[in-house]
Formats: sequence, C-alpha cells, structure tokens
Amino acid sequence: MSDDGILWQLARSFSAISLIAIGGANAVVPAIRHEVVDVLRWMDDSTFAHLFAVAQAAPGPNVLIVSIVGWHMAGLAGLLVATLAMLLPACLLAFAIGRLTQRVSGSRGFRIAQDALVPLAVGLIVASGLDMTKAAATGPFSLVLAGLTALFVLRTQANPIWALTASAAAALAAHQLGWTA
Amino acid sequence: MNAPSSTRAVPLPELFWGFFQIGIFGFGGVGPIARHIIVEQRNWLTEREYATVLGMGKILPGANTINAGVMIGDRFRGRLGAVVCVAALMAAPLAILVMLALLYDRYSGNPAVDVAMGGAAAAAAGTVIGAGLKMACNLRPGLLGWLIGALAVIAVAVLGLSLIQVVLVLAPLAVVATAWKERRR
Repeated sequence: MSDDGILWQLARSFSAISLIAIGGANAVVPAIRHEVVDVLRWMDDSTFAHLFAVAQAAPGPNVLIVSIVGWHMAGLAGLLVATLAMLLPACLLAFAIGRLTQRVSGSRGFRIAQDALVPLAVGLIVASGLDMTKAAATGPFSLVLAGLTALFVLRTQANPIWALTASAAAALAAHQLGWTA
Repeated sequence: MNAPSSTRAVPLPELFWGFFQIGIFGFGGVGPIARHIIVEQRNWLTEREYATVLGMGKILPGANTINAGVMIGDRFRGRLGAVVCVAALMAAPLAILVMLALLYDRYSGNPAVDVAMGGAAAAAAGTVIGAGLKMACNLRPGLLGWLIGALAVIAVAVLGLSLIQVVLVLAPLAVVATAWKERRR
C-alpha cells in the first residue's frame, strides 16, 4: 500500500470508529485492534499490544493508541492523520451538542441517556481490557501481570506507569529464570 | 480568586495553559487532574457546571476531557477556543508519545526489550480492566445498569462480536430499557 493509501485508510478507519467511542478510545480498543490486525493485516497482535503499552505509558487522553498506530504505519503524517480522524467527528458532535447543554442537561431524557449509556461505556472499557489481555498474553505469567495491574489501578490512586515498569521488569526477570512469560 | 462564572472573560492563553497542564500531568487518565484545574485552580466552572459538562461528555463519543475541552473552549472563546483547548490538551502527550515511539522503534527487535514490552503490554491491558472496574464501583449502577455493562462485556470479550454492531444494538436497547424502567416507577 502506498503512503497516500495508508493515510487515506487511517482516516477512513478511525473516523468511523470515532463516532461509536462512547467512553473514549479505551472503550473501542477491540474495534481498533480488529481493524488493524484482522482486517487490514498491518501488524500482528503482539506488535499491537506493544504499541498499546507505549501509548498507555504516555500521559494524556487514551486516543493516543490510534496516534501510535498512525506513527507506526506512516510516521509523523500518519500520527497526525490518525489522531485527527479519531478526534474530529466526535469533537464536531460535542461542539454541536455543547451549544444545547444548558437547555437539555437537567432534563429527564438526559438523565435516562446517562443512566443507560454510562454503564454501557464502562462495560465496553472492561471488555477492551479483557480483549487486550488476550492479545498481549504470551503465557500464564502475562495473565498474572494483567490481573495484578488491574488490582493496583482499582485499589490505589498511584500513577499506573509504575505497574507498567514493574511488569516489564518482572517479565524480564521471569524470562531470565527460564519461565515463559 | 475570581468568582466562577460562565460569563467571565477567559483569555485564550489561559485556556491553552490550563489544558496543556491537563494533558501533561494526566497520567493514567486525565479525569482527576482535569477537575482540579478546571474547577479549583482556574475557576473556569463551578463544580456543578463541570459535572454537567462532564455528564454530557460521558454520553457522547470520544474522550470525556476532550469533549469537555471543546465545550469549555466554545463557551469562553467560541470556535477558536474549542480548537485551542483540544490542541493544547493533545500537544504534550503527542510530543511525549513520539519520543517513546522513537525509543520503541530503535530498540524493538532486541529480544530482551521485546520480553519487557510483553510484560508492559500485559500490564497496559490490566490498567484498562482496573480503570473500568473502578468506574463501575464509583458509578454504583442499579440492576439494569449492571445488566447493560455485563451484556457489553459478554458480547465483546466473550462472544467476540463486532464492537460497532454491539454499540449500535446495545445503545438504543439500553436507552429504551432505562426509559421503560423510569416510567414504571
């Protein structure tokens, strides 16, 4: 695929996913992974999982996962196109709805939408985490690392970068000991 | 401190720096730092106004804080304000991401690095599960809420259904079920 072809594809794939991302990018990781690994065959699960780890290590909104996929495929231009494709449709919608905020925010319809869609978003985020655990798993030890990190995030307010670093070190140590991580 | 008011004039540079800080300090989710800067430090919105903006952001597609940036920027400075807030929010994270990506590109392929990245990848997946569970605990949804969330988990993570289809089916279904439950009350 030519570079222009890749940029075009990044724009198309991610602008479509943008509008279903209720709960943010972390709610749609399975759709992103499916698109770039299964449909476009741009990379395998383990490369995607590595890129996901890099994106999680950076501060800021979770949309960075599409930024790094763009970077991986087409450098800086890819990063910009992928990021804009993921941001623009949702931002335009937020802009339009934001201008109605004052009028609808207290309404019954708004409360119902919230009661219905927020649990859906939370479910999608948990599902994303499970899907990524499968994609990242190289053996039982990875499942332990994923589970311990989930507990760490659930029970503490600490920066999750520590769990990422500790897990990287633990995987390395386990490998040196001859276990398959 | 200024009295929080949606009519207060907030200059563009102030919006830029506020959202720049939210981006750069927002490790592992920008939620808490965003509230601190928007409500406490900069006094752009009252707690109540922020809850409304955030509530809107939560049911719209896209990241909460990015949606909040669009709405807050527009409120104070119109279209340009919205663009400035989102650009400011993304600037530092994208720059840091490029640095990390350059490191990854340089060292991936080294067996030890790949093993370590495998461990970090498992942990990255774990952070998403943990963040989701934390949201579920803070939300304290009713029985119907738990059911909606559980259906999403089963459809996507267990059955492996297409996420787009799951959202397009479950979102309207969840709204109708919630409205029906409200009406019976």
